[in-house]
Order: sequence, then structure tokens, then C-alpha cells
Amino acid sequence: MHQTFDAALGINLLHVNQEGADHNRAHFDRWGITCLNLMSSPGAGKTALLERSLPTLRQSFTIAIIEGDMTTELDADRLRQHDVPVIAINTGRACHLDSKMVAGGLHRLEHDYNPADFDLVLVENVGNLVCPAEFEVGEHAKVALLSVTEGEDKPLKYPVMFQAADCLLITKLDLVPYLDVDVDRIMANVRQMNARATIICVSAKTGEGIEEWHNWVRSQHQSTRTAQICHSAELQ
Amino acid sequence: MTKALILTVQDWWESQVERPNISEVHLTVGKFTCVEPAGLQFAFDAQTQHTFLAGAQLVIQETPLIAFCHQCQQEYRPEIGIQYACPTCQSPMDDIRSGRELKIDRIEYSDTHSETHSKIDHASNL
Repeated sequence: MHQTFDAALGINLLHVNQEGADHNRAHFDRWGITCLNLMSSPGAGKTALLERSLPTLRQSFTIAIIEGDMTTELDADRLRQHDVPVIAINTGRACHLDSKMVAGGLHRLEHDYNPADFDLVLVENVGNLVCPAEFEVGEHAKVALLSVTEGEDKPLKYPVMFQAADCLLITKLDLVPYLDVDVDRIMANVRQMNARATIICVSAKTGEGIEEWHNWVRSQHQSTRTAQICHSAELQ
Repeated sequence: MTKALILTVQDWWESQVERPNISEVHLTVGKFTCVEPAGLQFAFDAQTQHTFLAGAQLVIQETPLIAFCHQCQQEYRPEIGIQYACPTCQSPMDDIRSGRELKIDRIEYSDTHSETHSKIDHASNL
């Protein structure tokens, strides 16, 4: 008869990913970069938002984009029109970016540029409201997008994503007059599980709310920079 | 997620001198995570075929979502998909006390060699 034994582990399932994310964040901190992770379902308007924002944000920041897509470079090509480095990562069958994939992207950034010249790295995650919420990539803040066409109930159905978000953008606001949607209801549903997120209603088409979103990015960059500078002063 | 699980177990397995036969992997999975136990179970069985984990059983224990309302100073159980705010004072769900677990608790394994190995030898290996 075989003897059976037991080993107590108590290890987090995402242990390996978390270590990688912390490692990426340490790089960002050393380079003075603020990293934002943009997440939403497919078609909520992540790429459209970036297209709208890049011309303005580029005036104050040096920006690089990490573009996660399962198979194509269609989104990456759209963003390359804006004269910013776009690192495309095809995740293959994986429905989210993980910290190892983003580390690969950072190595490419390091190879082609001087990363310390950058202020902002915007990660456009794979369109999916489920898995990206669990897989940190080393970001300083999570931005979730939800378009008004998706329905008011989505925060209740995908609570982990909306609970984790630091900023929620309710997108495609220009479509509200044509829909039977209650934007206040969307906000109330998010507030059930997230008291701290900044909620901004935007339209990449008309520009409504975009300035407020840019101000959030600026304040996020400022607070991240302050923390990075304090931290490096402590180390010295 | 399955890949993350297999990699972590593999890390442990490779650190063992005697590469044991793993018979059971015990997980704790919170209800407020993106992991669906049935899906994980299926993917685990499929992805471990012909590997060191072939035939190993995945045992998943789920933990409920429990939040603590600081306003009311009490715990409550949010109803996933319906109601997350405190049912008494409507404060947003803020302090999650249970339900976010994604943990490999323990691994059950057996000796790969003959029975002549004494239990004491193995116990000292643990």
C-alpha cells in the first residue's frame, strides 16, 4: 500500500503573476512612469478614447502605449497614426494580458527607446470584463470603461472588475438620447461595490467629459510621481 | 488561471527531491473572484493529461462573499448579481472579509517508490 502525505502550501494561485506585476511596477517607478491599465468589454471604446485623448495628452506627457489584442494589430495601427510608440502584444488564445506579457513589452520599449524619457504608459487590455480584473500587470491605477449601450446591470454582473476600478468612464454618452438607458442607474450600481472610484461620463465623439478625464490622468500622474520621488528619497 | 495553478504546483513538485505522485490538489476559491470552479475543474483535467499531474484530483472549496459594514459595525452577505451595498444602511460594499480567496491550500501525494521507505523518513522530509 502506498503511504499518502500532505503538504500545506497556502500559496496564492496568482502568486507568479503578482510577483511579475510588482517587478514591472518597480521598473515604472525607477523610470518615473505612471502606468494606467485600461479595461472594458470588447467595443466599449478604449481605442476611440485613446484616439481622442492622445493629441491633447501628448502636449503635456511623453506617452507609450501597450496594446493587448488576441490576434490582430488593427487597434495598434489606429494609435500609431498619433506618433506615439505602440507596442502590440498578441495574447493568442489568452483573454487578458498578464504581467509576463507586459514585461516583454517593457523590454521592447527599453530596447528601442530610453524608458526614462516617458511619463505615461497606457495599457489597453484585451476586451473582457472578467479575467483582466484578476491579472495585475504592474499598473498604478485601473481604469474601467463601460459604454451606455451595454446596459445598466453590467456592474452587478461583473462586480470584480468594477470593484477594482480606480476610475470608471461611462462612454458613448452621445448615444444616450437614442437609448432607453438610465446613466444614474449605472452610477448607482457601481457605487454599490465601489465608493472610491472617480466616475466620469465621456463621449469620444463629441468630446464631452474628455477634459475631466484628462484632469484625472494629470492628477494621477502627479500623485504617482510624488510617491515615486518620496520613495527614492527614502532609499537614499 | 488553470495555467497559473499548474505552474505553481509544478514549482512545488520540482522542489521536491523525490518527485512524488500527486493525488489531490486542494484549493480555496472565493465566490467574489473571476474563477468558476466547474470551468477550472474541466480545464485542469484537460490540461494535466500526460503530465506529472495526470490523474490528480482537484478539490475546490468555495468561500462565500462576506462584507463588513463599518457604518453598522456588522458583517453581511451581499447577494452576487443583485445587491452589494449594505442591506441595512445602503453603504457601498467596502471591506470584503471573505470571497476574494484564490489559494492552493495543500497537496496530497504518495510515495513513488517501494513501501520499504519508512514514514519517519518522509516525515523528516516534510
